[in-house]
Amino acid sequence: MAGRAITITSGKGGVGKTTVTANLAVALALLGRRVTAIDTDIGLRNLDIIMGMESRIIYDIVDVVEGQCHLLQALIRDKRLPNLHLLPAAQTSDKTALSREDMIAICQELKADNDFVLIDSPAGIEHGFQNALAGADEAIIVTTPEVSAVRSADRIIGLIEMNGKGPGRLIINRIKPAMVRRGDMLDTYDVIEFLAIELLGVIPEDEAVIVSANKGVPLAFEQSTQASQAFHNIARRILGETVPFMPIIEERGGLLNRLRSLFRFP
Amino acid sequence: MTPAITIPPRSNGETTIWIKGTRKGLSITLGEGDWSELLHELDLRLSQADAFFRGSQVNLSTGKRDLDQTELKELMDTLLKHDIKLISLRTGSEAAAEAAQSLGVRLGLPEATLDQTAPRTSPEEPSEGLLLRRTLRSGQSIRHPGHVVIIGDVNPGAEIIAGGDVVVWGKLRGMVHAGALGDNGAVVCALELTPTQLRIGTHIATSPEEKKSKGIQPEVAFVLNGRIVAEPWSGK
Ligand SMILES: Nc1ncnc2c1ncn2[C@@H]1O[C@H](COP(=O)(O)OP(=O)(O)OP(=O)(O)O)[C@@H](O)[C@H]1O
Ligand SMILES: [Mg+2]
Repeated sequence: MAGRAITITSGKGGVGKTTVTANLAVALALLGRRVTAIDTDIGLRNLDIIMGMESRIIYDIVDVVEGQCHLLQALIRDKRLPNLHLLPAAQTSDKTALSREDMIAICQELKADNDFVLIDSPAGIEHGFQNALAGADEAIIVTTPEVSAVRSADRIIGLIEMNGKGPGRLIINRIKPAMVRRGDMLDTYDVIEFLAIELLGVIPEDEAVIVSANKGVPLAFEQSTQASQAFHNIARRILGETVPFMPIIEERGGLLNRLRSLFRFP
Repeated sequence: MTPAITIPPRSNGETTIWIKGTRKGLSITLGEGDWSELLHELDLRLSQADAFFRGSQVNLSTGKRDLDQTELKELMDTLLKHDIKLISLRTGSEAAAEAAQSLGVRLGLPEATLDQTAPRTSPEEPSEGLLLRRTLRSGQSIRHPGHVVIIGDVNPGAEIIAGGDVVVWGKLRGMVHAGALGDNGAVVCALELTPTQLRIGTHIATSPEEKKSKGIQPEVAFVLNGRIVAEPWSGK
């Protein structure tokens, strides 16, 4: 059975698309699924660094498109998880080296041998984003709890809907529970209420995310921190499991509150 | 494709112009009559509804009329003057199709008969509404000559430009222009009325900052003594 291709996108840059892609890829692979992650951020590749595969790149996605190698030759296998692969972006070409048709063909081929194809999208709403969406069956939108990021997410969701792949599901990254408690930060409920799409999960701000990125070992390899727990919960929700939301961080945006808000009387 | 709304045709001697809002956008149909008179009439009609058309894209139908490049160019210039972009031409004339192609205008599907361009709504009842059940998101824009009803939120960065009233069964936080064809009697209602900007007819208002945090209740906005005011929406 063919797998699902999911693009991870955001509109605003730096909100955690690459972090989410790497960690979900690892979490899904740890759950026994065959996963290939694709980096479509041509010219600014970094998924390979976060996944610790940079030194093993021989061919990249542009080489595949240009016929320099076969798709399988460009895939890098994870050292610990044989069911996890990366298709790296090109660092030297510019983003026009890739077309929507190329992405559709690549995703189609990868879906045949994988349960999940996770596509790390570049920031923005232009060519690169359109490419990342072209081969996808569905989308995950990443935002941080900041007004500017949420607005960009809204714009992106509109574009995903226009492509007939929407509205997608939402991940809120870098929530600081202490700030939410003090009321200094948009909370899960505010964001969900504004964007009106399904919440897939919330990831707390966690230094361990940065440390692990620098080491090239995604945090999801361990289950020790709240952030890695959040990635694993999201992976299980993607697989269709009902996983309760984590207290403090996620609870205000939980289903119960959403329902309550729908029936809010004056 | 059925027209969602039609601005009633106004005949000026021999010339007739129809402006329609359809699910696929605005369309203008030019009927019989002298070409330069027709363009003059079009220019006039567009001037009267400048706020509504500015920045829009239209599909144009010219029936079986033969048009050469110069004539079509004249028409495009008239549209351009009002900041309107011609996105396609629907024509039954080979000459007009050729002219369009050489000017880089896409050809729309030919209509079976010219009769189809006749207005579906009677001129006495030009206010057929457009109902949308969705969230209007940043970057999305609705332009409709009649009334617009949204069941859902209108987010910041989204805009609605309507010839008639605008009713939002949800939060209105984007930009709305009601009565954009020049009707200062149009109203805007929303369950939560906190638009970034509100225009009714020829009037403009921005949301007072402090309102955004205060107790929210359904409101209706309209023009009173030359200013846009908002009142609780009591549904009386
Ligand atoms: N939950 C988190 N806690 C702490 N740091 C985080 C978290 N998520 C992401 N970061 C950090 O934020 C930075 C940006 O993350 P990332 O590169 O994943 O964003 P991106 O959306 O892919 O950016 P770009 O738009 O440039 O591709 C990185 O330094 C990353 O380590
Ligand atoms: Mg990135």
